[in-house]
Amino acid sequence: MKTSSTPDHVHTDGFLAHLMRDQLKLSIACALFFVTALVALPLLNYFQPEYMAQRVAGFTLSWLILGVLFFPFVWIISYIFIKRSIALEEAEAAAAKDSLKK
Amino acid sequence: MTPLLATITDIDPWIATCSLITVAITVGMGFWSAGKSKSAGDFFVAGRSVSVGWNASAISGEYLSAASFMGVAGMVMLNGYDALWYPVCYACGYLFLLLFIAGPLRRFGAYTIPDFAEGRYDSPVFRKIAVCFVLFIGFFYTMPQMKGAGTTLAYIFPGLPYWVGVAVVGAVITLNVSLGGMKGITLVQAFQYWLKVFAITLPIFILASIVGQYQEHLDANKTAFESAAANSAQVERKALPEKAPKDEQWIAPFGSLTTKAVDTAIKKAKTPEEKAALEANKRPYSLLYTYSLIIALVCGTAGLPHILVRFYTNPDGVAAKRTTMWVMILIGVFYVFPPVYGVIGRSLTPELYNAVGAKGTDKVVLELPTLLAGKNHPLLGSILSGITCAGAFAAFMSTFSGLLVSMSSALAHDIYGRMLKPNSSPEQRLKAFKWAAVIIGVVSVGLGTQVEKLNINYLVGQAFAIAAASYFPLLFMSVWWRGMTMRGAATGMLVGGLLALSSIFLTTLSDVYAVQTLADFWVEHPLARILCEQPAIWAVPLSITLMIVVSKATARTIPSDVRMKMLVLHAPEALGLKQEYIKEHEGVGH
Repeated sequence: MKTSSTPDHVHTDGFLAHLMRDQLKLSIACALFFVTALVALPLLNYFQPEYMAQRVAGFTLSWLILGVLFFPFVWIISYIFIKRSIALEEAEAAAAKDSLKK
Repeated sequence: MTPLLATITDIDPWIATCSLITVAITVGMGFWSAGKSKSAGDFFVAGRSVSVGWNASAISGEYLSAASFMGVAGMVMLNGYDALWYPVCYACGYLFLLLFIAGPLRRFGAYTIPDFAEGRYDSPVFRKIAVCFVLFIGFFYTMPQMKGAGTTLAYIFPGLPYWVGVAVVGAVITLNVSLGGMKGITLVQAFQYWLKVFAITLPIFILASIVGQYQEHLDANKTAFESAAANSAQVERKALPEKAPKDEQWIAPFGSLTTKAVDTAIKKAKTPEEKAALEANKRPYSLLYTYSLIIALVCGTAGLPHILVRFYTNPDGVAAKRTTMWVMILIGVFYVFPPVYGVIGRSLTPELYNAVGAKGTDKVVLELPTLLAGKNHPLLGSILSGITCAGAFAAFMSTFSGLLVSMSSALAHDIYGRMLKPNSSPEQRLKAFKWAAVIIGVVSVGLGTQVEKLNINYLVGQAFAIAAASYFPLLFMSVWWRGMTMRGAATGMLVGGLLALSSIFLTTLSDVYAVQTLADFWVEHPLARILCEQPAIWAVPLSITLMIVVSKATARTIPSDVRMKMLVLHAPEALGLKQEYIKEHEGVGH
């Protein structure tokens, strides 16, 4: 199963658990921002209808948030995730290769 | 005058020309790409060599279907604010795919999602179950594309029967897919994305500069907190017919889309007490509907097999993640615009509220540019309408192409190549792919002729709900939980997916086939109607719970090489584990 290019500790439960935990932490952290917005907007519409119905440049506030602003909000989350996820993978690969040299 | 002659004389030459050019380019590119598609890898996963830019354009092209191009605008015009959740979640649902599924799925290195299902659990039985869901979801998603085709052709050729449009478009796409497979359609779909963006943006920019901007038309709809006097409409607005929702209901959350079940029950309430009780439940039920819709769309996006399969065409996991981010940007930019058509359409084409089927609000995108003819711009109106028709063609053609590839792959690769004839040669599998495309194409046309009365976007939403309750839990749990067993995965996916499918079928029975007993039951139990129409809120947790419970109960059947599989899913490609896994499993088909 193992090849000369793969460090031994990569094939341990500890390495896998560490790898998955770091990746999942990053994914959940980013997902939380998104899910919070998805849960909060209907709640605001439900409990604060008058506030959400106020006009902003012709739009109602709830229409502006959902129909226009939600898209860039999600793009920002995805950009941050991609940057951090690639950095995480590079760090994991570098750490594994360093251990092979030692 | 004969009906045929009447049809021909009613055709707008610009609209017909733009549509024909789109079809000609699509078929031409398909033929050109067909010459380059040689191997099975080219047909199923485009040789795994598609760059991020091409793949993001192709995925966006495939994803932006008739529902996106025509259905979203029609639904916003019909239902107002609540319908905005569709475009937003269609686009933003990709975030879940990016965060939890895209990278690991690509690293696994399969050809299809049933490949992944079998490979992750070493179970040929599970492949069969997964194939069934590829077909269920695929056919549900195909029907609205066919409806879009029938609607658009009936619009271009007035008097042409709906079913003829469905049959013609079905035949053209089936020919294209059977010629070029995945590699053939990648180029076509990438081109079609840019055509759709052009076709949705240019007409509305020109139209808005003449008839008034998005926010001005929105401003013309007063909220419940504004007096009629405060409504200083600066734009032209035609009188709304009786069937149109009132302004305060249309512009606010929890409007006609989410309150329909309770409103129907209120109309038929026998006593004032019963009516009051229903009124009290109206908003809470509406909130429940909204959350269930959000879950269906967000989780469903991450569980659509014809979209997921495209991630296998990326060179590696990092490219898959980058592709997903670009898809979100490309489709997000697109989705800002269909609601604009819906809003302006409410002001200027309210007569669409009176029609149903192919002549209803679903055609507002096609209809709106023609209004310029009445504003001393007849030629401009025809050209812009021609452009939107070309975009509509691109929409249902590209999505149907992708669905056809996905479902044909399921038949040719998963059923023929893995189950019926495991020792078949690549040439035999290619031949099987072409035959599968023809069979699926014929079935799709047959189903498409049956859904003329249904709303395009509503049908797509149902496909999302089934995907959310079946493939999303399967992929999410299989990627992140080592303790999942085949029995757990199969139980959750089958029970969640089939219950979602059945409950949606029940609502379709009463809506399309007018089964009176069911209609009466929904009036008595509006909450049951909401939970059946939007099943994701209970079906997704049920599916995940079953996966956990059954997996715990059958923990002894966890695949013995689960650590290696999870490493392949999660370890960076630089560690070379994917190669190790593929070599190790060469004998069993990876």
